[in-house]
Amino acid sequence: MSSVVIVGAGQAGFQTAASLRMEKFDGSITLIGEEQHLPYQRPPLSKALLAGKQDVDHLPFRPQQFYVDHSIELMLAQRAVSIDRANRRVLLASRTSLDYDFLVLATGARVRQLPAPGVLYLRDIDDSLAIRSRLEQASSVAIVGGGFIGLEVAAVARRMNKNVAVVEAQQRLMSRSVAPVVSEFFLRLHESEGVKIVLNSTAIPPADVTIAGIGVLPNVELAQAAGLDVRAAILVDQCLRTSDPNIFAIGDCAERNGVHLESVQNAADQGKHVAAEIVRGPAKYDAVPWFWTDQFDVKLQMAGISSPRHRTEIQGSVEERKFSVYYFEGERLAAVDSINSPADHVKARKTLQLSREPTG
Amino acid sequence: MPLFGSKPKETASITYISDSGAESRVDVPAGDSVMEGAIKNGIDGIVAECGGACMCATCHVYVDPAWLEKLPPMQEDENAMLESTASPRKPNSRLSCQLRVSKELDGLVVKTPPTQQ
Repeated sequence: MSSVVIVGAGQAGFQTAASLRMEKFDGSITLIGEEQHLPYQRPPLSKALLAGKQDVDHLPFRPQQFYVDHSIELMLAQRAVSIDRANRRVLLASRTSLDYDFLVLATGARVRQLPAPGVLYLRDIDDSLAIRSRLEQASSVAIVGGGFIGLEVAAVARRMNKNVAVVEAQQRLMSRSVAPVVSEFFLRLHESEGVKIVLNSTAIPPADVTIAGIGVLPNVELAQAAGLDVRAAILVDQCLRTSDPNIFAIGDCAERNGVHLESVQNAADQGKHVAAEIVRGPAKYDAVPWFWTDQFDVKLQMAGISSPRHRTEIQGSVEERKFSVYYFEGERLAAVDSINSPADHVKARKTLQLSREPTG
Repeated sequence: MPLFGSKPKETASITYISDSGAESRVDVPAGDSVMEGAIKNGIDGIVAECGGACMCATCHVYVDPAWLEKLPPMQEDENAMLESTASPRKPNSRLSCQLRVSKELDGLVVKTPPTQQ
């Protein structure tokens, strides 16, 4: 009987375990998580949970009983400290060791921090609850970073009637992810809602609470110490294998084709893919990336990976807050960003998926 | 009756029928979604990969036609996402994450499709 050990019980780790059983894998599965909570969803941490519209009971992917019913050994509040690749063994901080046939590294990422005291960060459930309670006490809020997390938190804080200022070091919002027209749209949205946005700046304005959302650092230390190929993230091939074929890396901690993504889709699809590979053998991973963000009453849905070098076309109406931006590499559609246009988004995912599948 | 005190949560009885015909009947608290009712009670056949954000279509159900008109109306994002279900979309298809449970849905019957992915 073979055994799979999964390090990291976030979206990617959970999905791997659940999908292994869906794939009828009959070996042992151990899922190791550093947090004490049952594996849970993160998107609401900067959205509904932070806004007080959802309570923590809604966050776990599955109840405790699921792990019992599916023979998934869930080890919470445990940390893996080293990998003995020669003997295919993982050592935990509790000094327990676990033998594996396949090891899945789903170690995630941690927040990048500012060299400033008293700044709050949002990564886990406890962070979200702490920020919520600090927001309730505050009248002014400073947010460092005009990316998805910073802007979602800004929208929530503004809806709580706080004075909110966002500082962004780049010359536009969400500059790593969307075209200038989308950045501009969200700038105007936030300003019309009363959020003060300062671009090209790293100067934090004085406020009762300061929250930073300035990106993450993949957790690579375990892989690095084990001698696996690592750059900023753990390097994986087209089949999501690290430089050791018995070790996969997926989700926020992994980098494939020079790309490292932090998203539900990437974590879940890679988890499913690795589960299928463990059961059925090597296969190329090639899922279309998608993302979303909710800010005020606007939903931005993204499909594919856009780049500043892409040519863009807009369909719909920016004024009516309902449009999509199509990104082209030559004649080929590369990505679509949809604002309040879910039908465009669904169609884009299908089109992009079809263009990836080999013809003939 | 005490003036203050915790009122027991209202629930609605929801029946989930699997593709093979197995029936599970559970009490779901008002305010939860039909999707959460399945997840929290270990009912297979609903995956809910995106956690209820209407970004995937893995909580697809076929609603007993007798109940269709009592359900909350379909929004644009649900209608769009239903175009990418793994099992065929039918006139009684809904995404169960968008079906908020209330007393009015006591007795609701939904069927889960043969596959969600």
